[in-house]
This record gives sequence, structure tokens and C-alpha cells, in this order.
Amino acid sequence: MSQQFLIRGGSIVDSTRDETRADVLVRDGLVVEVGPNLDSAGAQVLDASGCVVAPGLVDIQVHFREPGREDSETIETGSRAAALGGFTAVVCMPNTNPPLDDAAVVQSVLSRGRQVGLCDVRVAGCITKSRAGRELAPLGELYDIGVRIFTDDGDCVADANLMRRAFEYSSALHGAVIAQHAEDPDLVAGGHMHEGEWSAKLGIPGRPSEAEIVIVARDIALARRTNGRYHVLHLSTAGAADLVRIAKAEGLRVTAECTPQHMTLTDAACEGYDPVFKMNPPLRSEIDRDGVRRALIDGTIDAIATDHAPHAPETKEVPFEEAPPGMLGVETAFAVAHTELVATNILTMRQLVARMSFQPAAIAGFGNEHGRPVAPGERANLVVIDPLATWTVDASKVASKSRNTPWAGRELTGRVRHTLLNGVPTVINQETTK
Amino acid sequence: MKHLLSVDDLGGRAGIERMLELTDGFLAVTRREIPKIPALVGKVIVTLFYEDSTRTRLSFETAAKRLSADTMTFSVASSSVKKGESLLDTVQTIEAMGIDAIVVRHGAAGTPHRIVNWTDASVINAGDGRHEHPTQALLDAFTLRRHRQGSLDGTRIAIVGDIVHSRVARSDVKIFNALGADVTLVGPPTLMPESLEDWGANVSYDLDEVLGDVDVVYLLRIQKERIAGGRFPSLREYSARWGLTAQRAARLKPDVVVMHPGPMNRGVEIANDVADADISLITEQVTNGVAVRMAVLYDLLANPTSSERVS
Repeated sequence: MSQQFLIRGGSIVDSTRDETRADVLVRDGLVVEVGPNLDSAGAQVLDASGCVVAPGLVDIQVHFREPGREDSETIETGSRAAALGGFTAVVCMPNTNPPLDDAAVVQSVLSRGRQVGLCDVRVAGCITKSRAGRELAPLGELYDIGVRIFTDDGDCVADANLMRRAFEYSSALHGAVIAQHAEDPDLVAGGHMHEGEWSAKLGIPGRPSEAEIVIVARDIALARRTNGRYHVLHLSTAGAADLVRIAKAEGLRVTAECTPQHMTLTDAACEGYDPVFKMNPPLRSEIDRDGVRRALIDGTIDAIATDHAPHAPETKEVPFEEAPPGMLGVETAFAVAHTELVATNILTMRQLVARMSFQPAAIAGFGNEHGRPVAPGERANLVVIDPLATWTVDASKVASKSRNTPWAGRELTGRVRHTLLNGVPTVINQETTK
Repeated sequence: MKHLLSVDDLGGRAGIERMLELTDGFLAVTRREIPKIPALVGKVIVTLFYEDSTRTRLSFETAAKRLSADTMTFSVASSSVKKGESLLDTVQTIEAMGIDAIVVRHGAAGTPHRIVNWTDASVINAGDGRHEHPTQALLDAFTLRRHRQGSLDGTRIAIVGDIVHSRVARSDVKIFNALGADVTLVGPPTLMPESLEDWGANVSYDLDEVLGDVDVVYLLRIQKERIAGGRFPSLREYSARWGLTAQRAARLKPDVVVMHPGPMNRGVEIANDVADADISLITEQVTNGVAVRMAVLYDLLANPTSSERVS
């Protein structure tokens, strides 16, 4: 028996078109028909009136904490939160315990993701063994089981020679990308927030913007030398954005992402010492925030990624300097970006979908499965978004196992209504289907 | 005022002056034959110190006892914190015993601000990381004001040393500025805060250039550990360039006074003989500390309808 769904009354936005009114018929995992007033016979109807129908969102930086910290998030709770946020694919960072530097551990995460079935769960592999920054992890072995992004995220690969070798070695692995958490460890040692006016006032040791700038400058030089493929994770400074802009103009294989928080919030959010606003790299000055936003708008930054970083409540109920860095993101990312950039007419819906779906899918090497045009024959990984819906973020009601959202109490415009993964709804009317 | 977390909580110049006047009254109490009044009978004050301290903790406990409050001392070394109890649980445990105020010192900036969310008691910041130390600022202002005929207006104050790591510097700059003084921060560039936006202070890297123009030299403790972080090359070099040596002290104008929050490193930021000289207000700072903390505890905790009025 074949399952059919008719997404009725929406406007399609994808890599090939902008706001085209059409119904979408989905059967056996695929989009089978796109056009006005399709027949609903035998299909479950998903109402999309007033909504945008787009390829499912893709988040290339999440932490689902499994294995190791299942008290703060699991692949199941993370997948549920991601599906509610409109994501059909995520890339889990390898800083789990044990870390993802081993094919067996990677396989176990991938298989758990498939078992949960709410989101296409992919992983990034470590650049170095145990993320210790000394020897290369088995990049080829991980590549062979599908890993395309390599990073020691959470830690920066500080050793320039090892970074050079990672670029060189991975250049033999077609489609592989070396992604960096760009913060020089010596410059940020002991720091807990952006170094500047606010850190000086609050007495919190700082992490200077230059820690990111020097690493991105160095890595771009190494990428040029090795013809390596380089991706800057959660870019947070105007200076690093300028470096990426120049590298792209030069034709280097360099991409970058930013988080919703780095393009929206500033270090002033730390005024009340609430560790919910603590992350690495830190929320920065207005100058950096504006620089990141400009780079996202002009295309220097290719993707919005959340760095979804759940932390159990008790780990954040401590002094600022003792709390772990990181914020939730997947449930709110689209709405925050939409509120900030589309509802304000800075970006079009299509430009936002580019930055949250097909561009990150291409960086992560699964652009043939996610971020596809909404067209017959394509895999039905789709999201239906109501751009006019307004809602207020309630930290106590998130699907994530943790509550550390920096958006609590914020009113947002734009909300995910339905999400379909491989032709099957994971979310209908803002509720997960399993 | 319910809590004292920062000099900002005192309510500007008027609030600071009111607290200093209240301190005058309590200083008189401390000089009585029986230096104790029943102002806070039945109140319970906890000192919760996550960092070692001699003078501040003893000063608060003495102040509390002179106001007839009951005190509980929580010292981390011999407590459940050693068994891994979180700050939140510790605060809630103390709270459950029925308390009126928590005096907290912690190595992390903003810890008292966090505790405010977890308790109904008044919270007093006795030093949080490199952030603030408001009762030190009050006692410094009080001590200095007595030596400046009751006013700091136009007083030129040099604060010398490790500004970036100093909670005393942050609080003192605020209180001295609020009282009309003119503050200059002096030290190596590596010990200056990353930004001085809104601080309202001048900066100099040359102590000798500043010394001829000041009324007060306020020295901060220099820690050897800063050498490892590349902040300066050696204690010897620090002392030669920024220490108040006997030679430099000899060049000061006759009415200049020297202050230090303690504990001192004699021979580093302050020469041994200068620390003990007549121009030094250092022991007077300690004496006044008790009266200032009596004023703060009284202001936060006394029930105005039932308590004894002070002098």
C-alpha cells in the first residue's frame, strides 16, 4: 500500500523558483506531481494555505550529545526538536564521548538516527584522534562510511602543520571538507565571553575577536597552499568575514556559516551573568554582529547553522564562568532568521531557504538528497512554513531535553507547520507524528 | 536597597553619602566601651566564602556581632562543597535554615547576581572574581573622606597596579568618580582592562609622571602568577617601574596619603617602610571596614519601625 500526501494551497520556494503557487503530491518517498489544484483522491491532505513549501532545512552543526551526555540531549530528542524546526537533515558534531573518530561509533550514531526516523542524522568526523590535536583521525575510513565534514569542533586545531596535513590528506577524498572551530586556544585561554567593553565592565575574562581572525587567516593561507577545502564553523567576527570574502573572490574553496545568535545578539546579553548567553565563540560586539549579518546578506556566509548545544539545566544554574558554553537552536533557527531578515525585507524567502537548505546541503555533500527542487522525481524532504504565524518562545515547552534557549520570551514571526522526511510527515500542524 | 552587589546599587552620590554618614554613626558605636547595639537581634547572617579571606570575612562577622545578629560561617574547605554540592544547592540548603542575609565571596564574576535568583535573603557581594567589591569601595571612600575634610571633590587619586584583575579597582573607580574625585589608573599596559569605555578614568603607564600631581596613591596587590601570563617580566622590573619605593615616596607632596586594600606584598608594589609610614592609611582602612559593614548590614536588614535608631 502506498502512502500519499497532498500538500495543498502553498507557494513553492526552492533553488529554481520563488513563490510559485502550486500543490505538491507526494508518494512512496518522492514528489510525484506539482501543479495547481491537484486531485486529493487517496491522499492525506496537509493544509498549506498561506504557507511556503520549500525543501527541508539542513543544519550542518548540531550537538545531540549521544553518546556521552544523554542527560542533556539524545538523538531522539534532538531529532524531534530538529523536525519541529523544519529540518530534514542535520550534521552532528563529533565532540561526543567517545568522540566520532572511529567508524564503529559513527555507525552507531547513524543507525540510531535511522531508527528514530524523525530527521536524516549525519555526522561530522574528527580531524584528529580523540580530538587531541596531535595525530590525524582515520579520515579515509570515516569517508568510506559517508562522512564528508571533518572537524574537532569545540576545540580548534591549533597546530598549523597538522592543519596543513589535514588539508593535504583530505584533498584526495572527493567532497571532503575541513571545518574549523576558529579560536586560537592561547588567545582565549581562561576567557568566558567576548573581550571588549562588556567583559571589562562585568569583570569576566575575555575571548578576543583576534582569536578567530588569526586562525581563519592562517587556515586560508594553508588552504591556498594545499588547494584544500575549508569551512569556517560559526563565524562570529567582522574581521574573519572580510577574510572569507577575499578568499572567495580569489577563487579559493572556502565556505562559512553563522548562527542565528551571532547575527542577532551581542555581548550586552551577558549583562545579567545568565550563562544561557554563554557560548564559544562568544556573542560579540555590535561591530562584529553587524559584520556577520552583512556577510550573511551579501553571500560571503553561505549557511545558517545552529550549533544546537543542549546543556542540562543544572549545568547552567551556576556562575557564568563555571557554566559550559552553548545554546539551543534547532527549534527556533528558522523563525529567528525569518523574523530578523525576511519579515524585515532584508532577504527574500528564497534567499533564506538558500542559506538554510540547499547551500548547507551542498557544503555537507548531500545536496543530491536534501535541498532539492520541489519537482517530480525528487526525494520528498520538504518543509511547510507559515510566514505570518507569530509565536513566543517558551523555554519550558521545547522538545529538546534541555532548556538553554537564548530566545525565551521572544516573539517570533514565521513558524514551521509541517515537515516531511522521505515522503512521510515527521511534523503535522506543529506536532511530531511519532 | 535589598542587595548590595555593586557600587551601582548604592544609588549614586546621594546614596553613597547617606551610607557614609550612617558609617559615621557606627564608627562611634565601635568606639564605645561596649561596642555592641541590639539593632539586628534575631537576624541571621551567613558568610559564604569560596575564596580564602581573612580581613573581609572577619570584618563582616565582627560587624554582624556588634549589631547583635547571629552569624553562620560557611567555609568551603570543611563543607559539603567538597562532596560536590553545587552553589545552587548550597544556597537553598542555607536558605532552608532561615536566614536574612548572605555575604558571598566567589572567584567567578557575577556569582552574587546569580544567587539573588535563588534566595529571598539579602545578598551582599564581598568580592566576585575580578568584578566588584562594593564594601571595600565604601570603606576606602569613608577613610579617604575623613582625611579630605569630608569631601573628595577634586581629589586626584592614582590607582596603581593590576587594574584588569582587580575588583577593588572597578568598585573604587565607580565610588571615587561618584564622589567627584579625579581618578588616574597607572600600571603597565598589560594590566589595564581591555576597554575603559564608560570608566571615566585617565590612564598612565608612567608612575613618576603621575606622582607629582596626586593627592592619593592607591596601590593594588601584584601577584607573581601574572608573570607566567606574560603580563610583566619580573617582580623586580615591576617594582622598579611601578612600585612605591622609599625613593618615590620621598618625592610625594607632604599631604599625600597612601592606601592599599591588602594583603600587601611588601617590597613589590609598596616598600616596607612606606607601608608603615605616617602617610599610610592602611590600618585605618581595616578599622573603618567594620563600621562600613555595620552600616551596610543595618541598611539592608534593620526593620525601620522597630529597630533602635543610631546615635
